[in-house]
Amino acid sequence: MKLQEYTTSKHNFEECMKCTVCTAYCPVLQVNPLYPGPKQAGPDGERLRLKDPYFFNYALKYCLNCKRCEVACPSGVKVADLIQGARIKYDHRPPKLRDQILASTDFMGSLARPFAPIVNGVTGLGITKTVLDATLKIDHRRTFPKYSGRSFEGWLKRRTKEQAAFPEQVAYFHGCYVNYNYPQLGKDLVKVLNALGIGVQLLEKEKCCGIAMITNGMSAQATKHAKHNVGVLAKAVEKGLKIVTTSSTCTLTMRDEYPNLLGVDNSAVRDSLLMATRLIYEKLEKGAVLKFRADYHKKIAYHTPCHLEKLGWGVFSERLLKMIPGVEFTLLDSNCCGISGTYGFKKENYEASQNIGAPLFEQIRAVNPDVVACDCETCKWQIEMSTGYPVMNPISILAEALE
Amino acid sequence: MNPNEFDVIIIGGGITGAGTQRDCAMRGLRTLLIERSDIATGATGRNHGLLHSGARYAVNDPESAEECIRENMILRTIAAHCIDETEGLFITLPEDDLAYQQNFVESCRKAGIGAEIIDPDLARRLEPSVNPELIGAVKVPDGSVDPFRLCAANMLDAKLHGGQVRLHTEVTGFIREGDTIKGVHTRNRQTGEEADFYAPVTVNACGIWGQHMAELAGVRIGMFPAKGALLIFAHRVNNMVINRCRKPSNADILVPGDTVCVIGTTSTRIPFEECDHVAVTPDEVDLLITEGAKLAPSLSSTRILRAYAGVRPLVSADDDPSGRNISRGIVCLDHESRDGLKGFVTITGGKLMTYRLMAEIATDTVCRKLGVDKPCTTATTPLPGSEERSYEAVAQKIWEAPSTAQKAAASRMGTRASRIRTGDRRDDALICECEEVSVGEINAAIERMDVSTLTDLRRRTRVGMGTCQGEFCACRAAGLLAKAHGCVERERKDLADFLQERWKGNFPIGWGDTLREAEYTQWVYKHVLGL
Repeated sequence: MKLQEYTTSKHNFEECMKCTVCTAYCPVLQVNPLYPGPKQAGPDGERLRLKDPYFFNYALKYCLNCKRCEVACPSGVKVADLIQGARIKYDHRPPKLRDQILASTDFMGSLARPFAPIVNGVTGLGITKTVLDATLKIDHRRTFPKYSGRSFEGWLKRRTKEQAAFPEQVAYFHGCYVNYNYPQLGKDLVKVLNALGIGVQLLEKEKCCGIAMITNGMSAQATKHAKHNVGVLAKAVEKGLKIVTTSSTCTLTMRDEYPNLLGVDNSAVRDSLLMATRLIYEKLEKGAVLKFRADYHKKIAYHTPCHLEKLGWGVFSERLLKMIPGVEFTLLDSNCCGISGTYGFKKENYEASQNIGAPLFEQIRAVNPDVVACDCETCKWQIEMSTGYPVMNPISILAEALE
Repeated sequence: MNPNEFDVIIIGGGITGAGTQRDCAMRGLRTLLIERSDIATGATGRNHGLLHSGARYAVNDPESAEECIRENMILRTIAAHCIDETEGLFITLPEDDLAYQQNFVESCRKAGIGAEIIDPDLARRLEPSVNPELIGAVKVPDGSVDPFRLCAANMLDAKLHGGQVRLHTEVTGFIREGDTIKGVHTRNRQTGEEADFYAPVTVNACGIWGQHMAELAGVRIGMFPAKGALLIFAHRVNNMVINRCRKPSNADILVPGDTVCVIGTTSTRIPFEECDHVAVTPDEVDLLITEGAKLAPSLSSTRILRAYAGVRPLVSADDDPSGRNISRGIVCLDHESRDGLKGFVTITGGKLMTYRLMAEIATDTVCRKLGVDKPCTTATTPLPGSEERSYEAVAQKIWEAPSTAQKAAASRMGTRASRIRTGDRRDDALICECEEVSVGEINAAIERMDVSTLTDLRRRTRVGMGTCQGEFCACRAAGLLAKAHGCVERERKDLADFLQERWKGNFPIGWGDTLREAEYTQWVYKHVLGL
């Protein structure tokens, strides 16, 4: 007997007016003819899938999950959720080994960290890249993020007492990147917040937010992470703490993807979760003061990550950077850089990824800044690799400019 | 031989007429079908599209119930591409009498309908949209049937067997010699061209308009027009047919059909003059939504696509001029024995899904009159397109890796989908994005299926039947039609008519997202395209 578990949709696809503006804003559609585009893959496709799961189209895997369609939609249709939700619901093929490796950011991080110098050396070798390309279909042209020998968690733990002394406290969801690859960003955040009289605490053992698992067909694992993280965040919220972040994607995942895609209720913590830039901006608005170096001078081009646009919080990073005396600021046009987390690492997506990012790269070259600012680690890898310009998180720029 | 001479003329391009033409043609007769408008414009295209198991009639009308279950099983094998084997539920709600269930199931079994009482919990798992309050459920072999596809496939098969079809052609009078009908006078409603056609037998298969046609021939049939209103929801809320397990009443059947679902119906006697212009009233809409939400609560928050109404061709028994004893069964009248009028047969009553049996009965009568002794083979010969049982198999056979549009085409055309031109970027481009209809599929319909207007095209391809109701597809399809017919002016008018017709169905339920969409459509056509 056929139990019909596929007949209901939790997404608001019927509000679609077919205006097609999402299609115009989709970065993938313009470079990859195999992708049906957000309108077709999303609200239109959902109707057909409800008729029969047979109408699920495997080309939905080409969706970047950049959410630009949702930002563009005048009817508030969760287009990208429809697409990612369909992949979760209908694509039951086991994820490839490569995708599992790419998605397991914290597991790989904890394995690699103790041997960081060796791992970094090996992944940088041409031969390694050739082997990875041939065996796992991870594109050989990619540059891998470096691992750090010491974790951020360890660093901050050693400073627990010192941080507890500050009159005001926040909890910090640092994410895999800060912990395993680039603890400096976490240290920069601590420096800036401390300057505002705010002490930084670790959460009680956070896990990877799980976005890479969601997009790589491992939603069951992602759900486990989501439940764990919501529990951990709730403990901090119970203590009256706000939770700050420095990664736009981790934030979007925990704020929106947990309830919308994984069905994990985060209502108890949702409003306490915010990008550190927003917290800092709000403090300064209320009269707090940051003292900046008088001799600071930098030409900065700011790239708003797609997920930060979706969060609606890009304005805080932009304003903060403009506040720094001596900063020559350019707001880059709204464009996707093309990497979208693990997407661009896959051999089959490399060309599309680079083509999507081309307008952004061109504009950066034309502006010729000292540094590109951006709140997303994967945008950073993509822009650094594709343009050669250094990329810094706005938090790091603030830290660098402080007196 | 005179090209205007046939063995039999069939008047009416609904499912009864199309089915009768197919049966006659398959028995070797030279056939002509005449339809004043397009295929399936009457009751054929204006009902639930329910492939009855017969369960609805089991208690009160066992004869109809037996007919239904027999035809149900036959259609599954001969009309696979028009049938969706969804199965159905008869649910008992707390306000219904659960005792009815036992009587119902026994009556079903007597009629040969496989009815199985299932646990309400299982019903909730089988059909997640069902009202969770249900206290009883019976599973029956209901299904859904696409009337347009079924009608088109019958007509196509008749043509493949040498039959001729004249659409948009009106019968203006009969050619009568003494007590015998010898043929018909006709006029093409689009070109104004008049023509006479001759045949020893003429079949009146005009549904509710059969009364008028009979009068034209000089005989009387007592028909009772009963309007039934229905609502189409914008997506398929349920995957199984949901009925109420009680005495049949208003708005107690919810049928999934292709990408949508349909709730209905109401039943109102209307005067004959209104048959051509039935409209849905606010009261009917209210009733349909209220009662529908009792079957599937999510209907109350689901976007409604359209409202429409049809007129049932109910016939009163000959011995009951009062009309109280109205039959829903099949009525075949040989006017020679009934009224002394030779060469004229009326086939009416019945249901969409018993059309094949109606056609068989009518054709038997025709053959008897013509002295032709050939057995009916329509119960065992698949319709063109239905040679495969599932569209998955069809799509996989034609295309190695079918696209969504190709899968959708296979589900609409069955094996005939292999005739769609594809592979070229132009042919594969989409005309209708909601229903995934490609340029290739539209052109295939224009070339082979007697399409003259956008509305005709809609009935054959689902173009304009989706959520946007023609907003995006209509102008694109109009472009293809203008090219095919070589006339832009005519197509511009056709496009306006089509949009007006779509609005007619939106109007009774013009609120919320449907209204926003209609407004948006108006902006596009009026302000962007300057129509």
